[in-house]
Amino acid sequence: MASPRRAAVVGANRIPFARSNGAYARASNKDMLTAALDGLVARFGLADERVGEVVAGAVLKHSRDFNLTREAVLASRISPWTPTYDVQQACGTGLEAAVLIANKIALGQIESGVAGGVDTTSDAPIAVNEDLREVLLAANRAKSTAGVIKALAGLRPGQIVPEIPANREPGTGMSMGEHAALTAAHWGIERTAQDELTALSHHNLAKAYDAGFFDDLMTPYLGLTKDNNLRADSSVEKLGKLKPVFFPAGADKAEATMTAGNSTPLTDGAATVLLASDEWAAERGLPVLAHLVDAETAAVDYVHGDEGLLMAPAYAVPRMLERNGLTLQDFDFYEIHEAFASTVLATLAAWESPQFCKERLGLDAPLGSIDRAKLNVHGSSLAVGHPFAATGARIVPTLAKILKENGGGRGLISICAAGGQGVVAILEA
Amino acid sequence: MSHDWYSDFVNSGVGKTIAGNVGLPPVPILRRWEPGQPLLSGPALLGTATANGRVAKIVRAVLAEAGVEVHEDPNAPVGGGSSTSKVAAAIVDATGLSSPADLAAIQGFLTPCMKRVGASGRVLVIGDVPAEAERPAVRAARRALEGLVRSAAKEARYGATVNLIHVADGAENDIESTLRFFLSSRSAFVDGQRLDVGVVPGYAGSSAGTDWDRPIAGKVAVVTGAARGIGRTVATTLARDGATVVCVDIPASGDALARTANDVGGTALQLDITGDGAGAAILSHAERHGGIDIVVHNAGITRDKLLANQDTDRWNSVIDVNLNAQLAINDVLMGSSDDTGFHRGGRIVTVSSMAGIAGNRGQTSYASSKAGVIGLVDATAPLLTAKDATINAVAPGFIETDMTAAMPVGTREAGRRLSSLTQGGLPVDVAETIAWFAQGASYAVNGQVLRVDGQNFLGA
Repeated sequence: MASPRRAAVVGANRIPFARSNGAYARASNKDMLTAALDGLVARFGLADERVGEVVAGAVLKHSRDFNLTREAVLASRISPWTPTYDVQQACGTGLEAAVLIANKIALGQIESGVAGGVDTTSDAPIAVNEDLREVLLAANRAKSTAGVIKALAGLRPGQIVPEIPANREPGTGMSMGEHAALTAAHWGIERTAQDELTALSHHNLAKAYDAGFFDDLMTPYLGLTKDNNLRADSSVEKLGKLKPVFFPAGADKAEATMTAGNSTPLTDGAATVLLASDEWAAERGLPVLAHLVDAETAAVDYVHGDEGLLMAPAYAVPRMLERNGLTLQDFDFYEIHEAFASTVLATLAAWESPQFCKERLGLDAPLGSIDRAKLNVHGSSLAVGHPFAATGARIVPTLAKILKENGGGRGLISICAAGGQGVVAILEA
Repeated sequence: MSHDWYSDFVNSGVGKTIAGNVGLPPVPILRRWEPGQPLLSGPALLGTATANGRVAKIVRAVLAEAGVEVHEDPNAPVGGGSSTSKVAAAIVDATGLSSPADLAAIQGFLTPCMKRVGASGRVLVIGDVPAEAERPAVRAARRALEGLVRSAAKEARYGATVNLIHVADGAENDIESTLRFFLSSRSAFVDGQRLDVGVVPGYAGSSAGTDWDRPIAGKVAVVTGAARGIGRTVATTLARDGATVVCVDIPASGDALARTANDVGGTALQLDITGDGAGAAILSHAERHGGIDIVVHNAGITRDKLLANQDTDRWNSVIDVNLNAQLAINDVLMGSSDDTGFHRGGRIVTVSSMAGIAGNRGQTSYASSKAGVIGLVDATAPLLTAKDATINAVAPGFIETDMTAAMPVGTREAGRRLSSLTQGGLPVDVAETIAWFAQGASYAVNGQVLRVDGQNFLGA
């Protein structure tokens, strides 16, 4: 078999990301994903055109949205003859969708595809109380009127309280922030370093907007023309005034470092990225931004083991580097998803640690440090916001365009995800 | 758009009676073009002022090809009817005049025609270019046609229009697209106007083989300000006529822009046209389509202020968007490759305004920019002949848009009624004129500014 071809990143479209219960409070996942797809269709003239596949997903999903991507495609201007499927890998969804599309392109199974992700924490799926659900299901199973009445006799006033999705790990009962706080404490990540990374993210994003970087990556939606979490005037001083909100279990509260500023806010939004074979792009005269070279996933045991919830990328990256004969320093740009500022810093600290690299990764020498000037150069999730499933589909085209504007180069993407997972990838231009 | 309730009223059964009894001005319902519509809805009368006329032959050929019944006697019975039966058009070959005495023949032909031209009919006078005449008597006779046409347009009824075409010496075989435009319902809101064909020397092209239902089939058009309003309609109209349309608007209007692009099957380019490198960005985007054939400079803004209250930032923003951006983009187009950039035989169409001709209170900046557009067209036209390209401008009058809907009622009603057609035009009227300028077959139309204003009384 001939060696597989590399899938090209052709372009993208996303809607501006909005802080929860704000500009998109009344928009559904389907609305936002459809809007993102329609903008992509317009940018690349895909109206009524059938692409190979559209693959997307959402983390917070209503049960009626089992075919979310398909429903969005049917509502969009893309050809209704385009097949789709949904994926869900928590915050890794968007990147995983891109990898799935790229792999099919690489194998020649499809010539083009759209990867995407969407999430809303505003239009969240609220489920009925678990006790109430059991009563209703029992009533449904009953074969006689008497049986139904008997089952319904189990109804209690307290069952009116609904089940609301929470940002909480089912395995530990701890929130993601609490997990991250543990990791930050373990690696001794200081408050100031977190606030510095946060302020830089805002400044970098603001500069990118001013330069028109997102003009061909984004389409306004519901009156929003920019991510509304962006604080162009953010500073270490201002961030320093915020009180910590996440406390590491069992530690002194005074040592807490993670605030609403250096953690990503709950966000609504959708992103899509167009991938294709070089031939498909050339036939349409579309320039290629970059190619997806390789990807790797990893998972850590944060429940029974002693690894941090969001540390999986620290394991995925070295495995991918080895397969490609690369070192951590062989990249021109790094896109490390800013779930929390401390997550980025803990991941970098792990790669610099001889002990971690030897004991956890089995390496003779640490991966070493990176040139921080190459990290998240146009801002990342701390400034942009983080609609869970959309983030990967935001980062892939952002890095691809950075590489294209650089006149070529290699970039690393690292995204941590709930459930102790991580998705990483290499782009080259 | 604000609904024209007055028009509804005077066109209703009872309204028509009341309006007729008390002398309210009628509002004719204009026939507008749609694909497959015949060139004329009925027979035509074709007169010649002198034996030296040089355009009757081509007019006859075009009418014959379009299957139009033609009579030379203005009192001829037509369509199996009588000598007073309605006709769809009256056309006069008024070329070859040697003195004002020759004008009587034109009057003699047109007098019976004025009563015979039916609803949305066309009266077209085709003359020589006055400036090409050396003898005073000849030039006077040629120039006289303009007064005749502008006055007759004010007399014509039921949505009929009267227009004048000047044909440069030697350009008589290059007028087909112009004839078809002015005769067809594409020119519904063009009234009492003059247009010169072939006056910029050095033009080249052909109308042979044109599919008149899709005259720009296969062409690539760029329309700025395409998100909404007139620009959106221009994009729709160019797509209807066969073009692939690159829709351009500012990033903040990207969602509406995407809708336009998807509706016309084109592509969306979010771009601030006043930015450095805007022209290059347009060329770069259009590479996927193999280059550009048509550019429509439609994007424009108003920042109205009385001159006494004007400030320089507002002033500059209007001049930048409406004028400087066009100049900069045109420079890039003219310097680009014939193959992958702005193609040989390309068309630039820009949007001026009635305000740029007549002036408007509170619009010193806007009117300056729109008058400047006319200067831009004048100076660019001869430069483009090196590329076999053309540049022309449309100058809309009162057009029913969101902008006019926001006007006070009095101003809006005045804008509508103070015109020969007693109504506001539609965005499609502007778009049809732009689409005609954009045709490859309009190769001899260069450096022209055409008002699409129903012969508005302002600055007429």
